[in-house]
Amino acid sequence: MTLPAVSPFVPWRTTATGKRRHVLDLDDFSEQEIIDVLDAAVSMKEILGRSVPQVPILRGRTVVNVFYEESTRTRMSFELAARTLSASTMSMTAKGSSVEKGESLIDTIRTIQALGADIIVIRHGESGAPYLAAQHFRGSIINAGDGRHAHPSQALLDLFTIREKLGRLRDVHVVITGDILHSRVARSNLWGMLRCGMRVTLCGPSTLIGNAHLWQSVFPTLNISYHLDDLLPHTDVLMGLRLQKERMQAGLLPALREYSTYFGIDGERLSKLPAHAIVMHPGPMNEGVEIMPEAADAPQSVIEQQVTNGVAVRMALLYQLSGEPAAS
Amino acid sequence: MNERQILTSDEVRRAIARIGHEIGERNNGVHNVVLVGIYRRGIPLAKRIAAAVKQIEGRDLPIGALDITLYRDDLELRGPASKIQHTSIPVDITGKTVVLVDDVLFTGRTIRAALDALTDLGRPERIQLAVLVDRGHRELPIRADFVGKNVPTAASEDVAVRLNEVDGGDDAVMIVRGDA
Repeated sequence: MTLPAVSPFVPWRTTATGKRRHVLDLDDFSEQEIIDVLDAAVSMKEILGRSVPQVPILRGRTVVNVFYEESTRTRMSFELAARTLSASTMSMTAKGSSVEKGESLIDTIRTIQALGADIIVIRHGESGAPYLAAQHFRGSIINAGDGRHAHPSQALLDLFTIREKLGRLRDVHVVITGDILHSRVARSNLWGMLRCGMRVTLCGPSTLIGNAHLWQSVFPTLNISYHLDDLLPHTDVLMGLRLQKERMQAGLLPALREYSTYFGIDGERLSKLPAHAIVMHPGPMNEGVEIMPEAADAPQSVIEQQVTNGVAVRMALLYQLSGEPAAS
Repeated sequence: MNERQILTSDEVRRAIARIGHEIGERNNGVHNVVLVGIYRRGIPLAKRIAAAVKQIEGRDLPIGALDITLYRDDLELRGPASKIQHTSIPVDITGKTVVLVDDVLFTGRTIRAALDALTDLGRPERIQLAVLVDRGHRELPIRADFVGKNVPTAASEDVAVRLNEVDGGDDAVMIVRGDA
């Protein structure tokens, strides 16, 4: 039992030469394509460490960040990545734009296209919005998070960080805890991690995981567990996800403190991990809920390095989408 | 395909030894010299030149590797993005004499990109260029300081450099005629 094969690109997702045009999720990335992005990101990281961290390759290209949902690290990270490659950048947030006057997503995308954008980085609260945008834009779309569906650049930076810290991906055991039901980070990571031969266990209260059979109908090799403490001695990577208060009005948890007692990543749980294990969190963190300050600042924590690596990975994505200029 | 050999492995060896001599001559010794090979075949060539210099001058030269993909001016012409290699220069090049090393000098555009890449990494005192083959057809005002062999070619021809470290087998330089 393995993952479904990588589906062939549908026409609007490829360029005239059959190359990838958009990065919407990791479900259409082969293992080799993922490894290529990670390898390119290694070289990009070297550039970020220089005293003049800028190369000219995307001079004259325009990257537009379109954020319908708030974000700190993803937006700044894409902006820094674009500038490091010498692209021009523009930013649009829903607040303060014509979106507030009722402009539709498609019209907004067409307007940005008319202004000369080559790549649009889009975050949207509705799952699937970047797919709609991609069908109305001649350049490339990068999904920077859509609803609870996908966040491919985050998953790639997580893979990059794991490979950097542990030296490999294959057979590495990842335990993902937290609000998995609402997490686009978890969904994109599942595609990427399983495609690269990692072992993945989802762990949390059943109300935050949802229907186990449904998960396993898509990801047959996925493990699901409700007991974090049993897993810890066999965990290489412990990834905490944010409890998304804004998406959780439905009474899925009796109390946040109860969650912390059973699933919170604290110093005691860290001590049960193998010596080589690392702790990750995509941020923003609710410190004191899904992760305790002593764990976030522990030597095993690579949370800050995830942020730095995110810039390198996004540079690699921008570069790889830039072989050809936007069709006219 | 029609191939004609222009350098044998012995001739490649002698050309590299001569370049090693010339680098020492031109710079009054090699105490301030850093060799920087351009991906891919410039890197094994830089290592061989370093070995030649070691024999002549008795000194180990620092060797760096330079990837110029992100400095190219033909992103739109090349279609799919080519794979980026890792740039690593072991010493600070500021104030040094940098000898860039590549296998074939053709249009000069690769060297133009390499010069930009080097200046982003520091401010060398001077930059010199060593190539195994100069095949002409320059599109930019660039020339080599050290040349293994000057080879007149037609624009439709290709120059193929084979080095044991990269291609396996014996070293050779061939002219490959295009299917015209």
